[in-house]
Amino acid sequence: MSTCFLPAHEIARRLRQGELTAVQTAEDLFEQIRRFDPQIKAYLSLNEEQALRTAQEVDAALQRGEELPPLAGMPVGVKDVICSKGEQVTCGSKILENFISPYDATVIRKLREQKALLIGKLNMDEFAMGSSTENSAYMKTRNPWDLERAPGGSSGGSAAAAAAGMAAVALGSDTGGSVRQPAAFCGTVGFKPTYGRISRFGLVAFASSLDQIGLLTRNVRDAALVLSSVCGNDPLDSTSADIPVPDFTDSLQSGLEGMRVGVPREYFIDGLDPEVEAAVQAAIQTLKNLGAQTDELSLPHTEYGVATYYIIAPAEASSNLARYDGIRYGYRSSNGGGLLDTYRKTRGEGFGDEVKRRIMIGAYALSAGYYDAYYLKAMKARTLVKQDFDRAFENFDLIVSPTAPTPAFKLGEMTDDPLQMYLSDVFTIPASLAGLPGVSIPCGFSGGGLPIGLQLLGKPFDEESVLRAAYAFEQSAGLHDLRPPLMEGS
Amino acid sequence: MASISLEDVEYAAELARLDLQPAEKEALVDQLGRILQYIGKLNELDTEGVEPTSHVLTIQNVFRKDRADEPMDRDDALRLAPDASGAFFQAPKVIE
Repeated sequence: MSTCFLPAHEIARRLRQGELTAVQTAEDLFEQIRRFDPQIKAYLSLNEEQALRTAQEVDAALQRGEELPPLAGMPVGVKDVICSKGEQVTCGSKILENFISPYDATVIRKLREQKALLIGKLNMDEFAMGSSTENSAYMKTRNPWDLERAPGGSSGGSAAAAAAGMAAVALGSDTGGSVRQPAAFCGTVGFKPTYGRISRFGLVAFASSLDQIGLLTRNVRDAALVLSSVCGNDPLDSTSADIPVPDFTDSLQSGLEGMRVGVPREYFIDGLDPEVEAAVQAAIQTLKNLGAQTDELSLPHTEYGVATYYIIAPAEASSNLARYDGIRYGYRSSNGGGLLDTYRKTRGEGFGDEVKRRIMIGAYALSAGYYDAYYLKAMKARTLVKQDFDRAFENFDLIVSPTAPTPAFKLGEMTDDPLQMYLSDVFTIPASLAGLPGVSIPCGFSGGGLPIGLQLLGKPFDEESVLRAAYAFEQSAGLHDLRPPLMEGS
Repeated sequence: MASISLEDVEYAAELARLDLQPAEKEALVDQLGRILQYIGKLNELDTEGVEPTSHVLTIQNVFRKDRADEPMDRDDALRLAPDASGAFFQAPKVIE
């Protein structure tokens, strides 16, 4: 029996009990990848040799009776936007096709120190811009629950790999919902910590005031386990929060008794798929049955979230992506005459359509004469969105909502209409604008067998309440460690 | 907020140092127009007296000792360059 669908915390237990070796874990995982990834297409590159070497080191340490760090021997996939020394980092873009990172992101350094098994790099929308992973310059990842459907995005490769048993844990990044939305589409847990919880050093920048590394796992305990090891202040990221990191697994047993959970009426709107609404309402009833006090609340600026985000994120992106000029690294066009023309041609040839679109929105919104009307206005709207949450959290510990308005849509269904694609992030964007911690967990299925995601949002740096509620729910509902029908028996 | 003209697209593309094909420009006139029209929704909001938020958490300046750390190896950095010469990145001609 393959170990590829074992929960990460169960792998950790079995390794320590001598019931499993890290080499076996790695071999089972690469076997699963060989069997299913030709269809799913989650991995852009694999690192089998190095992962097996690390696994051997873990087994040798176990043999010597050494105490292992919590993530030793854990198979982790990494979204290809996080730098790992000596490995490719494409960001799903042609402009970084041959880029080999000369350094480790802080989160990768921590994983290496713990001897986690770094399996490979996962597909994504180019520079994390998209909601379906179809904006990757390399390939389209398929949803393990229905190969005709998108895995969501931008961390679609990460969600698909976790869902298909091709990683116990996958790192993603969430700027406007890029961890939570694909988790909802693929039936996994998608945890986005508070902005600043995990160092962004080595996370290739998209929108620096929003970007946060997140986790895709098959159950809440695994998210809590990994989170405890990868959070923390980092001198290399001056926006990383300098506050203590608890053992997040400690918060999982406390249940929901007395927890105040708000249900924002603005998240139950026209356009919300009836099956999603029904599953989320049933989940809210479950929370109630578990002892939570639920009540309706209003977040009146919700409907302005997407418009606000689509100024702020592209504005920051247009500045962050100015670095791709073809001089120091990455693709350089050979069609340019002189320096300026080389910049223009390099960027025109190297970036895909969606990245160009966002750079253009950003450059336009920041240009002389439009700055006040667009960028300043959006920063003020962001204040209003954040104040909605501040007020709500005076009376509530958590906010519950659908993660996405629909289950996974079909590949190609949204690609002709960028605005329609942007609107699929309507429920995840407001929390990103406010920097809040949030999770998507499975709460049911559509009639067609597609997973539906429940979003739980917490106060800044109160990941513990989010995890506690998510854990109580998944245990009660039995909706953890899901396995798509395609992978039955693997 | 007005619709977007071809000139607007060309101006923003120049600011962004993006070489766009004629078909791309045409598509962007339409797409940016529709996206910015949607974003015009923000004008419904009264933001008089509202402070702008550029960063959600209260961040303070982070100081550190003015001390040099181990730098990235020069050869490692230069190896990534599309064109390098000796100890330098090589760029196309700046002045004709």
